[in-house]
Amino acid sequence: VTVVFYIAGAIALISTLLVITRRNTLHALLYLVVSLLAVAVVFYTLGAPFVAALEVIVYAGAIIVLFLFTVMLLNIGRDDAERGGALRASAWIGPGLLAAVLLAELAWAISTGATAQVGARVVEPREVGVALYGPYAIGVELASTLLLAALIGARHLGQRQRELDTGLRQTAAGEAIGGPAGGSDSDGVDSAAGSDKAATSAAETEAAAASSAAATASATVVPAAEPHDTRFWRKDDD
Amino acid sequence: MAHVPFEYGLYLAAALFLIGLVGVLVRRNLIFVLASIEIMLNAAGLGFVVAGSRWGSPDGQVMFIFILSMAAAEVAVGLALALLYRRAFGSLDIDEASRMRG
Repeated sequence: VTVVFYIAGAIALISTLLVITRRNTLHALLYLVVSLLAVAVVFYTLGAPFVAALEVIVYAGAIIVLFLFTVMLLNIGRDDAERGGALRASAWIGPGLLAAVLLAELAWAISTGATAQVGARVVEPREVGVALYGPYAIGVELASTLLLAALIGARHLGQRQRELDTGLRQTAAGEAIGGPAGGSDSDGVDSAAGSDKAATSAAETEAAAASSAAATASATVVPAAEPHDTRFWRKDDD
Repeated sequence: MAHVPFEYGLYLAAALFLIGLVGVLVRRNLIFVLASIEIMLNAAGLGFVVAGSRWGSPDGQVMFIFILSMAAAEVAVGLALALLYRRAFGSLDIDEASRMRG
């Protein structure tokens, strides 16, 4: 039964090594997903099912999706995609094979009830919640403050990107026309520039949505903090 | 039903952390550097969970949840900075940042 732990650990090591040696960013992110799933299986065999579920939801779900959004915004894989290389079958075989092995051994471990091979016992999610809101309540408050700061920071950086973008366009338009470009915020100076700005603003919106999705995804980790917070803010609003 | 030795979990966490550290030091692409930092944070969380499960206490999982929220915050700000970086320098090569002044 302990072989589940060893196989999952080996898959985690192999796929993590492949992450840092790939040239293509999309291939590396595929292997990173497999690595995180392997670590989730390791958590399960350690007798920590709650953390295994969190690893899949938050890391392999939210954070990797955020990476993928950024990679596609930056058009890193554009050359490969034009050649049909980014989604070629050979790019999927390696991660798909490793993930299939993980799925098989996870199904086997669940069907045989094999868990807690390393740990003393299975730590139930209930105990984690009790510890989280008992002795670690101040940590929960600090984590919520950190997530709020990250949300505001990502929003601020997105705003700076827009200002930088319009600033560059103003100087470019000024050089092209030979005078001060007034009201270049209405994107009609150049059709190429207009489409570029539209793409950039759409990209910004998506990035902000993705980051807020990540923030909310990790905020759902601590749902019991919500009543306190909402009560606080409601009182503040009144 | 032989148990896996407790040290093996810590060896796995240390190896994953080391791979992430090598990735940070070797790769020049900003996206790969951020992914390697995620690997290192994940390995640190694995160490916490292994140590917590060794004594059957939930404290390790609580620390993993804190690491998870910190990683989410870090990656949101880091990727926003990566977008700005690409716009400012035209590439994701972190050596370009040595041209920064002020």
